[in-house]
Amino acid sequence: MDLGSLLTGAISDTLDVSLPLFRVELTLAATIVLVLLCRMLPVLRRLDSGLVALGGVAFALWYAWCDLRGLPGAPWPALAAAAVPASRELFGGLLIFDPLTAFIRFLLAGFLVLYIPFTKISGIPDREDGADFYTLVLGASLGMCLMASSNHLLMLFMAVEMASVPSYALVGILKGRKASSEAALKYAVYGAGAAGVMLYGISLLAGVLGTCHFPSMAAELGSVVGESPDSFYAAESAGPIMVLALGSLMLAAGLAFKLSAVPFHFWCPDVFEGAAAEVGGFLSVASKAAAVAVALRVAFGLGWLGGEEMAGASALGLADVRHFAVYLIGLMAAVTCTLGNLAAYGQTNMKRLLAYSTIAHAGYLLMGVAAAVALRGVDPEGCRRAVAAIAFYLGTYVFMNLGAFALVAVLRNRLRSEEIAAYAGLVRTSPGLVVAAAAVLVSLIGLPPLAGFVSKFLVFASIVEAIAVAAERPLMLVLLVVGGINTVISLFYYLRVLKVMTFDPPPEDYIATPSAVWLPGALITALVVPVVVLGVFWSGLYAYAQLAGTFAS
Amino acid sequence: MSPADTIAQPALWPLSLIVFLPALVAAVMALPVIPKAREELIRWITLATTIAVFVLSLWMAWPTLFGAVGPAQFTVGEAGMQAVVKRPWIPAFNIDYLLGVDGISMPLVVLTTFLSVLACGASWPITKHVKAYHVLFLLLETGMLGVFVSLDFFLFYVFWEVMLLPMYFLIGIWGGPRREYAAIKFFLYTLFGSVLMLLAILMLYFTSDLRSLSPEQLVASHVVSPALDAAGQADAVAVIRSAKGPIHTFNLLALAQLGQLPNSPFAAVNLWGMSLETWAFLLLLIGFVIKVPVVPVHTWLPDAHVEAPTPISMILAGVLLKLGGYGILRICYPICPGAGLSLAWLVCGLGVVSMVYGAFAALAQKDFKRMVAYSSVSHMGYVMLGLGVWSATAGNEFRWDAWAQGVNGAMFQMLAHGISSAGMFFMVGVLYDRVHHRNLEECGGIFNRMPVYSGLAVALFFAGLGLPGLCGFIGEVLVTLSSWNYSRVLAVISAFTVILTAAYILWAIQRVYLGGEYKGPHGDHLTPITGRELAIATPLVFLAILFGVAPQLIFNYVTPSVNRQVETLADWTRDIGGKPPQPVAGGPVPAEVTGVR
Repeated sequence: MDLGSLLTGAISDTLDVSLPLFRVELTLAATIVLVLLCRMLPVLRRLDSGLVALGGVAFALWYAWCDLRGLPGAPWPALAAAAVPASRELFGGLLIFDPLTAFIRFLLAGFLVLYIPFTKISGIPDREDGADFYTLVLGASLGMCLMASSNHLLMLFMAVEMASVPSYALVGILKGRKASSEAALKYAVYGAGAAGVMLYGISLLAGVLGTCHFPSMAAELGSVVGESPDSFYAAESAGPIMVLALGSLMLAAGLAFKLSAVPFHFWCPDVFEGAAAEVGGFLSVASKAAAVAVALRVAFGLGWLGGEEMAGASALGLADVRHFAVYLIGLMAAVTCTLGNLAAYGQTNMKRLLAYSTIAHAGYLLMGVAAAVALRGVDPEGCRRAVAAIAFYLGTYVFMNLGAFALVAVLRNRLRSEEIAAYAGLVRTSPGLVVAAAAVLVSLIGLPPLAGFVSKFLVFASIVEAIAVAAERPLMLVLLVVGGINTVISLFYYLRVLKVMTFDPPPEDYIATPSAVWLPGALITALVVPVVVLGVFWSGLYAYAQLAGTFAS
Repeated sequence: MSPADTIAQPALWPLSLIVFLPALVAAVMALPVIPKAREELIRWITLATTIAVFVLSLWMAWPTLFGAVGPAQFTVGEAGMQAVVKRPWIPAFNIDYLLGVDGISMPLVVLTTFLSVLACGASWPITKHVKAYHVLFLLLETGMLGVFVSLDFFLFYVFWEVMLLPMYFLIGIWGGPRREYAAIKFFLYTLFGSVLMLLAILMLYFTSDLRSLSPEQLVASHVVSPALDAAGQADAVAVIRSAKGPIHTFNLLALAQLGQLPNSPFAAVNLWGMSLETWAFLLLLIGFVIKVPVVPVHTWLPDAHVEAPTPISMILAGVLLKLGGYGILRICYPICPGAGLSLAWLVCGLGVVSMVYGAFAALAQKDFKRMVAYSSVSHMGYVMLGLGVWSATAGNEFRWDAWAQGVNGAMFQMLAHGISSAGMFFMVGVLYDRVHHRNLEECGGIFNRMPVYSGLAVALFFAGLGLPGLCGFIGEVLVTLSSWNYSRVLAVISAFTVILTAAYILWAIQRVYLGGEYKGPHGDHLTPITGRELAIATPLVFLAILFGVAPQLIFNYVTPSVNRQVETLADWTRDIGGKPPQPVAGGPVPAEVTGVR
């Protein structure tokens, strides 16, 4: 193949195949350019950057929706859009477009459409910082979209960095606030460390396997692991296997940092406490969704090969890889969940409490990931249901957690405090907000009839399904027990917030800063109503989650 | 599923309204359409709602009172599920909006709606945050009614949990001095039980397979609607039985059919040396007995009762405790009969221990309300014993009548206790409203100051004592008689417990109502009983006497359904030869499936 035909092939692949399926990211990139341009041109300087960003994001949402609708097997044929392929590698295998990509992109775009009005209403950023803030948010979101669709370790690394670096700056957006700068520094240092470790792990993996492209890696991995002798300690096998294990642990460390999974969670409470509630909401929801998608991508990408290639020693080797991944993810999930919930007990600051709640929820999500990987080789239908459970969880998590952070922001504007004690007796003055808080917090506990219950139910259902078909049964039993106990103990600290709001008398010197009621009220309503509705009528969202689950086919 | 959508379901609206009308009114009331200050209006709206729901449930349960029997109404004396409502809810998980009533649930529904009316009347003295109180109260009513009528396990669980939050706030905001502690304790205990229940639900769901049921069983369990014509039924059955993979179900009736198959899928799976059936039974049992409650998981109850405001105590004692007994009867035994048979000793033992412990604890109390709370523990012990006496194996005769006697007695005891304990709590509350203390030692002589009140109260306490001629007697005597066939020791103990019951109740009556004159604080507040209080107490006393002399009023409803269930299970016991099935040793899972070398 000469250079000319290679070039023509690459050009036609890029223009005809990749770019049309890349339009969501392109729209986000164009919006970033537009926001920056608006600031440079004096004519456009009076334009509100938030509105520009919102417009661009709305376009991105529309494209993401069309991509999701166009997938084969999308529910409700009446809404059909132009067909897109079920699974397609983009840009020579660096990215992949499949139902999971489409779902996570749609989730992220939908999140941004809710998030930008939220920041406009709650007043952070101010008008001066607007352009910076929205550029950073959109840039990080672009990175998260790439994370969800990465099909290559290098791309994955770049996407993770693209999502992380703007986040560091976002945490420090409250200029002149010491806590904010400190949090940003801590986040950046920690993030840099995690990125270094991850890059090292990637180079180890690439060195042994000779490639960074997931399917090629899986094929290599299958034969390397499958053909090595049974005994782990045998001298001749220890070399490559040890390096692979070390490399994947380092890769897992980098991803665990993004997920705020224990033991890489230390940044999370400090960052959330130091940053504005708006930034916390962004990190807690969008970043989490992308990180979970990446975890799925890596575990499935390295642990499974489609079709006929799965045979003989290679298949057994990949089964070992999955076994390793399930235990790694599962144990991390159990520890993350438990530690997050236990540490949340002692918190007095609402944002810190939500940070630990975020950590705990990362644990529940990872339990779902572990179940999905465990079911992969045993029961493909069950595996799809497990992925659907995770997708559904992420979908409801957008409303639950963004709702929680929106409440913190609205209450901060009203009470000038983010301490839980400052919420004492809030029910006397703002009963509506307390009802909303009750819905959000109880949904985070996971009680019916709220969306959080359904998510938890689905994840637990996947674990039980794994037990029923005997996929990694001992670990799954442990996860089930740990998940159940955690649900009970999480009750205490979520309810404590509600207790303070309702049972406790308001402070004597209580002065509510008068603030506009309509817009925050509408915002909170828009976030909380889905939490209730999705708890009762969840067939619709679940149908799309099932669609996302078909990526594991 | 699609043909079922078009079948006329006459009970859809009546049954749904009974469940959701309170929640609907609560939602409207929560909106700012009614100003907070209109407290009187809010109270009347709530009372009207509870009365409407009560009348509706009565219309269903007692059709002859309202003229001709309609298709949506309850036919007394029929054993099967009636007024079944089925609408697909979450097709992806085969979850249906499946409601229905039979002789076991119908009386409990009426008890709930009736006590809700009385508790609403008893809420008049509540002056703190009246609107929020009544909104939560109505939400609680929806949760309780939903549990009794849902036949889908998922739906059942949703309603089961819906009750928790309103109850937490009702105790925590309107309760006594230690209300926060009591509220969180109640919540934690119950949530722990419900999480275990959720795990059991999921285990049963993923092990179930509708394909192993016969067409008749599919129709009987309303998986395939009996209202379809023969061809429609055959089509629906064919769709299920020709499915490639297993079809899981949350349908309680279908799960029961599966559990009673000779080769029950639940008995075949082995987990850690016990069958899945046993695990599920234990997990569900823990969830339910926390609610009943039995010793040793009863400790939330005295706290919750003492701290809760009077109307909420009435609901707690009258309805919430019954949910546990109902769950054991409706879910544990039919779905996991093998485990029920082999663990009958556990259920009966827990019952007797609660009975005796509750009675001794009641004897030791100084607080009037705490004493009544422990009497509930003791009385619910009879319910457990009655439900548990699996005497079908006695002498290898496989006779069901002795066991049926126990279960009927337990059902009667639940209903009777619903009346007598709600009444006792109300009577304690009436006294507390006046003198603001509940110390048994600082009372006495109330009879002289409040004769009408004292007369009614003593009648209700005698009903709780189990005096023949009052409602408490029938259940206790039936349970004790039937336990003779199961274990003579337990029968003797439960008979002797009656003496303890008599002791603590008579002693309490003596200390509170008898004696020369009242010596405690606030003596000048001992005003005669008001009309509102009289209107709440009188129906309770009336029913306590009525059911004591005419127990068939309840048995007409209860017995056909209970007898059928017990007979089925006794036959099942005979078919398996009186020995519970054992799980296959080593488990059915071949090693290669796990994919691990």
